Amino acid sequence: MSDSTTSISRGVAAITEVFRSRRQNNQHVFIPYIMAGDPDLGTTEKIVRSLSGIGVDLIELGMPFSDPLADGPVIQRAGERALRQGLSMKKLLRSIETMRLSIDTPIIIMTYYNLFYHFGLKEFAREAARVGVDGVIVPDLPPEEADEFRDALDEYNLALVYLIAPTSSEERIRKIGHVARGFVYYVSRTGVTGEQKDLSADLAENLKKIRSIISLPVVVGFGVSNPEQAKMIAQYADGVVIGSAIVRLIEETDQLPERMVAIFLRPFVDGLHDNEHVN
Amino acid sequence: MVSTSPLPATEVTYPDRRGRYGAFGGQFVPETLMPALEELEIALENAVKDPQFEQELKALLKEYVGRPTPLYFARRMTNELGGAKIYLKREDLAHTGAHKINNTMGQILLAVRMGKKRIIAETGAGQHGVATATAAALFGLDCCIYMGEEDTERQKLNVFRMKLLGARVVPVSSGSQTLKDAMNEALRDWVTNVRTTHYVIGSVAGPHPYPKLVRNFQAIIGEETKQQFIEKENKLPDYLIACVGGGSNAMGLFYPFYHEHDVKFIGVEAAGKGINTKQHAATLCAGEIGVLHGSMTYLLQNDDGQIALAHSVSAGLDYPGVGPEHCFYKDSKRAEYVSITDEEALDAFTNLARWEGIIPALESAHAIAYTIKLAPTLDRDTTIVVNLSGRGDKDVESASRYLKGLMG
Repeated sequence: MSDSTTSISRGVAAITEVFRSRRQNNQHVFIPYIMAGDPDLGTTEKIVRSLSGIGVDLIELGMPFSDPLADGPVIQRAGERALRQGLSMKKLLRSIETMRLSIDTPIIIMTYYNLFYHFGLKEFAREAARVGVDGVIVPDLPPEEADEFRDALDEYNLALVYLIAPTSSEERIRKIGHVARGFVYYVSRTGVTGEQKDLSADLAENLKKIRSIISLPVVVGFGVSNPEQAKMIAQYADGVVIGSAIVRLIEETDQLPERMVAIFLRPFVDGLHDNEHVN
Repeated sequence: MVSTSPLPATEVTYPDRRGRYGAFGGQFVPETLMPALEELEIALENAVKDPQFEQELKALLKEYVGRPTPLYFARRMTNELGGAKIYLKREDLAHTGAHKINNTMGQILLAVRMGKKRIIAETGAGQHGVATATAAALFGLDCCIYMGEEDTERQKLNVFRMKLLGARVVPVSSGSQTLKDAMNEALRDWVTNVRTTHYVIGSVAGPHPYPKLVRNFQAIIGEETKQQFIEKENKLPDYLIACVGGGSNAMGLFYPFYHEHDVKFIGVEAAGKGINTKQHAATLCAGEIGVLHGSMTYLLQNDDGQIALAHSVSAGLDYPGVGPEHCFYKDSKRAEYVSITDEEALDAFTNLARWEGIIPALESAHAIAYTIKLAPTLDRDTTIVVNLSGRGDKDVESASRYLKGLMG
């Protein structure tokens, strides 16, 4: 466990440090999501380097699953393309090992529980730590079912990031606060992943409630699609996740995706890292 | 006249408080749905305690569904096979032509009690979709049915029936365009509209409390069978045989006999083109443990943990998962699970029509097919009850493509 690769702080420590330093500078954390293997793993590696280059704080890598019940059509299609390329968890981990030769940005794998379970929870935690993964988000793993995986991840100090929904009661938010590691992820609306024009009306209120209960950083995702929305949300949260808008750009562009993604996301990074802006 | 409670008389200890049947079951769903599952569990608990709920359900099942369904002695089939004495539990005679209606009636009453105005469901062959659309029409609720695009082609008649009943039928074009994808899409709808919508899951599958809820509403099959069998034979049957896709008709028959250790349970899965090919749906016989649609169960999956496509001539058995309680019955050896190929099921489909003048659903034909194998090996004092879970009218068109010899 304590081999040479752990000399660089990774996992919960790396994630915590990102949030601490942004908060200290009155800035916000920006987290892009892309689907690994869409259109192919080589391009994913280039996009990840490009994301790291423009200064994003964490990178969420989606691992495609055959039955993505929390995802909207854009991410479903990306997952189908990636699966047709033959992407597997093993290949993804190998690719992250390569990425780690050139980037240091924390990486979080997001996918459904069956893929971790099938890999073996302990084996996954060991391999993920070895190649330089920092945490996981598992949309179909509520805290009630998470003990076994959390214990496995804790052994390597990897973060298990939980989701909180607009329907979560205070009691559930408290429960999640007790078991979460790194940060919690607030789903901005009831629904699946995807962009939307307007943010839900109760967003600000719900975020205030959550932050009064939970001391860990809170990020907001699902439905964020432009820098103005991101900046608006940042008033009430520690960070913002954007996914489907990037995945759609990668799907539609006929230019180099790594370049287009950087151009598209720079205003998000600038907006969220702008410490002039007052809460 | 048989008079049974629509709810099971004895609550056995499974599932536990976490919705687990041994290692199986649970609640592997997005956080957004967790409060809805809690709400549903509470609604179920309160309903079970409320005599009015029981009365309402009982009246509906009697006057509207036509229960109790007969337990019919299949004399010619028994004589043909020359072994065990065979009875058929005639769920095919229930309103809408299958056992599915037992569950949709119960769930629609719960939905009304929870104040939900909108009903959604997934369907494969369309039987559960039709039963849900029927219940929604009866209570004047909005109804939306998700169905794989490929299944909407294969089961055009049922699509028409659902529309006729006032439901919206949404063809699902993602993934494999079959039952599992319809269930994904129904779950996505539910995650989005959870505050106003009740999701009527059609099998003993999905996250807790669904497997328990559906089992309890289907247990009327076994409760009636027990009384009817005792009236006819003055003892309990030796074997209960039922087909298993998700497993609701089988669980409905088995569950009330759980503590009757001399009664053997046999669940019959679809072996499709053969259990050694990749084209089957025999999840319990050939699957591995994993998590799909909110529940830990046996699953058909590939080496990477991606869900594999199931195949069966019967669209209702064409599902890569199975109810968690069946997984528990398998591992604890309370039930035995076997499989029947497409070809054997089609033979049984024809045989039952010739022997008894009953055209079974292709799903139920799997249970009949196994009975045809088993009965001749048993002596004449042995008794078998087969759950004839649905009628075969919906299947005659697709069966005619396979049984070309009959068409000339």
